[in-house]
Amino acid sequence: MQNPLRESAARTYTAVWLALLVLLGATLAVAKLQLLARFSALGSLVIASAKAGLVLAFFMHLKDEGRFLKATLALTVCVLTALIGLTFVDVIYR
Amino acid sequence: MSTETVSIDREGKKMGMWLFLFTEILFFGGMFLLYAVFRHRFPADFHRGAAGESLVLGTVNTAVLLTSSFTIALAIAAIRKGEKILSARLQAATIFLGIVFLVIKYFEWSAKIAAGIYPNSPVLLNLGKGETLFFGLYYVMTGLHGLHVLVGIAVIAFMVHFTRKGTIGRENDARLENTGLYWHFVDIVWIYLYPLFYLVT
Repeated sequence: MQNPLRESAARTYTAVWLALLVLLGATLAVAKLQLLARFSALGSLVIASAKAGLVLAFFMHLKDEGRFLKATLALTVCVLTALIGLTFVDVIYR
Repeated sequence: MSTETVSIDREGKKMGMWLFLFTEILFFGGMFLLYAVFRHRFPADFHRGAAGESLVLGTVNTAVLLTSSFTIALAIAAIRKGEKILSARLQAATIFLGIVFLVIKYFEWSAKIAAGIYPNSPVLLNLGKGETLFFGLYYVMTGLHGLHVLVGIAVIAFMVHFTRKGTIGRENDARLENTGLYWHFVDIVWIYLYPLFYLVT
């Protein structure tokens, strides 16, 4: 059951790598052509997160991991988001 | 090899590395927080600072690091198929790409220092607070990231040695797998550094 999975690993990784390079081109286009005008910073970060998601899911095998690991990663990201969010509540309304 | 049944806890072997990576997320996260706050306070200075970065070198370096993640992922796939020589070669390719990344980084830093932009330089002090913060964060964040790349290269060099010796193999790939996790994490940090320092102008 595991062998066919391993056979296709190289093909999957190649597809992910190509997708990453396409996203790199996309982020460059968004920034250079000012496609999203004032939302270009947000656009760049969304594309960066898409790239990070691909690396996490496929290269780091997160999609095959158990619920515990996924939950702890989500918790870490939530902590970081809360830290940044709460700081900005202070920065913006000061 | 004993005749006893040995159960291998694959998830447990990786959990330690993941826990370490969680601390790394918060470590770099603190600096991303500083970047966000100061960019909010000095938007014009940060735009001018990012406009001075070499977009070509930054983009090439992103492609180099993304490709190195690809090669280390293939190295792990190869070892799981029992192809040791192929795996060792792919690991060596990853090391090579890591070195290419650092060499490009060296040229970027050299050009900046030659232009008089380095911590506490007279040029930078004249530019004002916002740009001092931008370039300060640039040096700290890309510097610490570069240090992580250097550590990754050293660790992968050990993995090449273990793979050749045979202590890493089809049934014993946890060390290589964890090295890969670390390398991919370093790649992800760069994925975020790239738009923040090169694109957001």
